[in-house]
Amino acid sequence: MEPIIQIKNVSKTFESKSGQVKALQNISIDIEKGDIFGMIGMSGAGKSTLVRCINFLERPTDGTVIIDGKDLGNISNKELRKTRMEIAMIFQHFNLLMQRTVIDNVCFPLEIAGVKKKEAKDRARELLKIVGLENKENAYPVQLSGGQKQRVAIARAIANNPKILLCDEATSALDPETTNSILNLLKDINKRFGITIVVITHEMKVIQEICNKVAILNNGKLAETGYVKDIFTEPKTDEAKRLVYQGTSMTALMNGQRFIRIVFGEQSSFEPVIGNMILSFNTPINIMGADTRNIGGKAMGEMILQLPEDEVIAEKMITYLRNRKLVVEEVDLNV
Amino acid sequence: MFDQGIIDMLKTGLFESLYMILASTCVGYLLGLPMGIVLTITDKDGIKPNGVIYKILDVFANIVRSVPFLILVVLLIPFTRLLLGKSYGPTATIVPLVIAATPFIGRMVESSLKEVDHGVIEAAQSMGASTWTIIRKVLLVEARTPLIVGATIAIGTILGYSAMAGAVGGGGLGDIAIRYGYYRYQTDIMIVTVVILVVLAQLFQGLGMFLSKRLDKRSTK
Repeated sequence: MEPIIQIKNVSKTFESKSGQVKALQNISIDIEKGDIFGMIGMSGAGKSTLVRCINFLERPTDGTVIIDGKDLGNISNKELRKTRMEIAMIFQHFNLLMQRTVIDNVCFPLEIAGVKKKEAKDRARELLKIVGLENKENAYPVQLSGGQKQRVAIARAIANNPKILLCDEATSALDPETTNSILNLLKDINKRFGITIVVITHEMKVIQEICNKVAILNNGKLAETGYVKDIFTEPKTDEAKRLVYQGTSMTALMNGQRFIRIVFGEQSSFEPVIGNMILSFNTPINIMGADTRNIGGKAMGEMILQLPEDEVIAEKMITYLRNRKLVVEEVDLNV
Repeated sequence: MFDQGIIDMLKTGLFESLYMILASTCVGYLLGLPMGIVLTITDKDGIKPNGVIYKILDVFANIVRSVPFLILVVLLIPFTRLLLGKSYGPTATIVPLVIAATPFIGRMVESSLKEVDHGVIEAAQSMGASTWTIIRKVLLVEARTPLIVGATIAIGTILGYSAMAGAVGGGGLGDIAIRYGYYRYQTDIMIVTVVILVVLAQLFQGLGMFLSKRLDKRSTK
């Protein structure tokens, strides 16, 4: 089946007084129907611009964006507005209408779509139930917490039964607990309604939690893209490594010695690999850190080891671990 | 204290003043509100950027606003006469009042609408809202508090201008204050007219502030 979102060779250049800013350079990404697709990068990497190219809030300078078979660059303004009703969006700062009640906020996209008032109210109540805010319909946004505001924004976004939901740093202004509840809600919406979700974030945690695929952006270029599981186990580019190692902050312990990172999948936890390795080489190694992360619902273990100074033994150890089907890679914690 | 003739005159003056103020405010908004909207959306960060239209309105607003009001009244005498057949009296004063108030109101509306969070406008665009829908349902509604505060200030300014027009035969309370207070040294009449003008200004101000607070849903109070 054809991907629901096709980004083909998209570039975006902004003209500013100090010259041209190349926000995006030749980016191509396919997103399949039903994906929860993450786009991650440091601030200024171009992710917000890229997500706005998907609904043409930003027009790409070059390249094409095809949504469900429709080339957005080749349709009239009226048709573009109609297409946008199928591409909902939520934001970091929620962007609710402050002078409208919760239920009227949810009714807003329905008004735009020309739904009758009574029908719109009924639908809005149904949506508020989905996001768990049925008792807040007459509150004003200012009376809600951040998490509640984002729930209203989500209800509003899915009101017109969109095919796609774009999330622009939707959890970046929320505390960790609220972040989790919003991510669960998004996952639920993806499952229940089959809405394809694109998540923009600078936090690897968010990607790990809900995305099945990810694109890593760096300085307006696509560094790496693929399944989250694969990128987590074997990040290829420096940018990907930097993001995967986020949280393993042992940089301070660097003293010229070599470090490796090993990743355990589900099958490798039966044998006490590290213990056996130390016994068979008769050389101790230093465990610098270990962590278990939830990648798309599966537990993945990672461990950072400091290799012995003896180069020969160090190489043998790497081979030993590789033979046991573990992913082993040298880590430069200074990346 | 005053005889019936003077009281009647003050009454007529009050009605003339109210008529000038309210009529010019209404017509001023009829022209100034669209002007402010166009200034907002055609600005470079607006939703329909258009440098040429923005610049024309911008320059027009600056020119009119830099001409002192009394001079504007005098300058507009031929135009007013062409339009209404005479250049004095309350109705004739409405013409320069509207011309002076329109750019003032336009600027006021522009600055109110620019207070609306860009993110909210972007959200509406992402839902497929047209420019017209965004103006009607986002800009004008979200900015209603500053718009009402602006209207209050506009009425206050028009009230001041209308009194000033009394100096050149504009009618209303300002006219009375000049004729009796200045030319005939009847200070008591002048003081009464000034008191009425002050009370009027207070009333408009109070009403505006009450409405703007009442309609603002952004504060938790």
